[in-house]
Amino acid sequence: MLNVYLFQILNGLGLGMIYFLISVGLTLIFGLLNFVNFAHGAFFLVGSYLCYTLVSLTGNFWLALIAGPLLVALLAWALERSLIQRIYHLPHTFQILVTLGIALIIQELSIMIWGPVGKSIPTPEALQGVVRIGNFAYPYYRLFLIGFSALVAVVLWLLLERTRFGALVRAGSESTEMVSLLGSNIFRLFSITFALGVGLAGLAGVLSAPLRGAHPFIGPEVLGLAFVVVVIGGMGSFTGALVAGLIVGVVQSLMTSLWPQGASLMIYAAMAVVILLRPHGLFGRA
Amino acid sequence: MLEIKDIHSYYGKSHVLEGVSLKVGEGELVTLLGRNGAGKTTTLKSIMGLVDTPAGSIELNGQSLLGQPPFRIARQGVALVPEHRGIFSILSVEENLQIAVRAGSRWQMADIYRWFPRLEERRRNRGNALSGGEQQMLAIARALLNDPRILLLDEPTEGLAPVIVDEIVKILKAIREEGLSVLLVEQNLRVCEAVADRHYILEQGHIVYTASADDFRDDPGVRDRYLALSA
Repeated sequence: MLNVYLFQILNGLGLGMIYFLISVGLTLIFGLLNFVNFAHGAFFLVGSYLCYTLVSLTGNFWLALIAGPLLVALLAWALERSLIQRIYHLPHTFQILVTLGIALIIQELSIMIWGPVGKSIPTPEALQGVVRIGNFAYPYYRLFLIGFSALVAVVLWLLLERTRFGALVRAGSESTEMVSLLGSNIFRLFSITFALGVGLAGLAGVLSAPLRGAHPFIGPEVLGLAFVVVVIGGMGSFTGALVAGLIVGVVQSLMTSLWPQGASLMIYAAMAVVILLRPHGLFGRA
Repeated sequence: MLEIKDIHSYYGKSHVLEGVSLKVGEGELVTLLGRNGAGKTTTLKSIMGLVDTPAGSIELNGQSLLGQPPFRIARQGVALVPEHRGIFSILSVEENLQIAVRAGSRWQMADIYRWFPRLEERRRNRGNALSGGEQQMLAIARALLNDPRILLLDEPTEGLAPVIVDEIVKILKAIREEGLSVLLVEQNLRVCEAVADRHYILEQGHIVYTASADDFRDDPGVRDRYLALSA
């Protein structure tokens, strides 16, 4: 019985790390650019489909793991330079309108390219099978997912907390005007941060593809969950995205064995409680 | 050096500067005086490209600054220390400085810590843990790391205790010794007289008076006419 819970908790950690990767990008973009990106879930979808295509073409998951997120980031960068950059100054409602439009375009294009039925992606050969400890068995790929995402989290933390780029991003979340007064090209900082944040959603899409496949209608669900995580953790907070992502992942996973129908309900209930008790989220700044 | 000719600036529809012209020479420390709302801060913001300035010209060593984004103006050698100081509260003192460091700057971190030992002591503290005086020092130090040709200071002694004001005066004198040009907006006349080469007085968006430091000192009538209440 205990093994069942351990299994679900590990599943929850993996799911939570995926949620973290998605929402940390969303929160990073919101923190620096004060921009609400409703297309975030759609980029997750692109990541999953790119994983499918790259694995189909080359048979190499590792290539997909590197190239997939980079291609998503490149797409985001191009979109930022051509369109998004022009709507930063508009109210959030307009940003939502535009990015929701982008999300729908991406969704429909995906259906045109990959068809309306989901695709499944094989688990990479090196990570097939299970790890056994005593009478407990756990799939290799899911362990890899937890470990790799944790590594990405550490690298991202170092980037944000220990580099000049990270200091500029944090400074920019306080005052973009002051950052540009100090001679930094704020527009370039915006482009890079947007591409980085969206690229992380793409990475989450690639990583979850061997588990859940690629589906054209996953975008809104992913977006909804990412917002739940960001609201619970606090807008603009790295730690918040990590802690809230893990909480939501583990709760959702445990609930599927305890009370499957209530899994989603619990998450939104948790969000409601956090909004009531801590309107700025667990780690948010007023 | 810096030459402003007949600029008109607007906040939305309100016409704040109505033809301001002024010059700051190489190595000169010039003050811009005037009552609240005269347009002093707006003049500094116009130079930095932060407010809409559709008419006039602003040149630094013959190069036009008008119409450029603030970061380019900063890179050409104009550093503004705004009235609110703009210290990043969630960054450490050291990070506040590091993001302003520019390769090839005449002033590097080591110089800054030599000039402002207090900042080195507090380098691991967050920006929001600093006192007002320390914040002002940090703001000036950060501007210097940016390798400016001219420093624009907006009321650097505002709200500071007298002993800290003396400290800021010392810093201003040291900056002048380094040969850096400064345009200083300041309400504290004692500070202005202690450091300035020349003064301008701004009233309702116009320059109404200009004189050397000596002439200004010898003409107390000017103060009554333009600066009463603030002196």
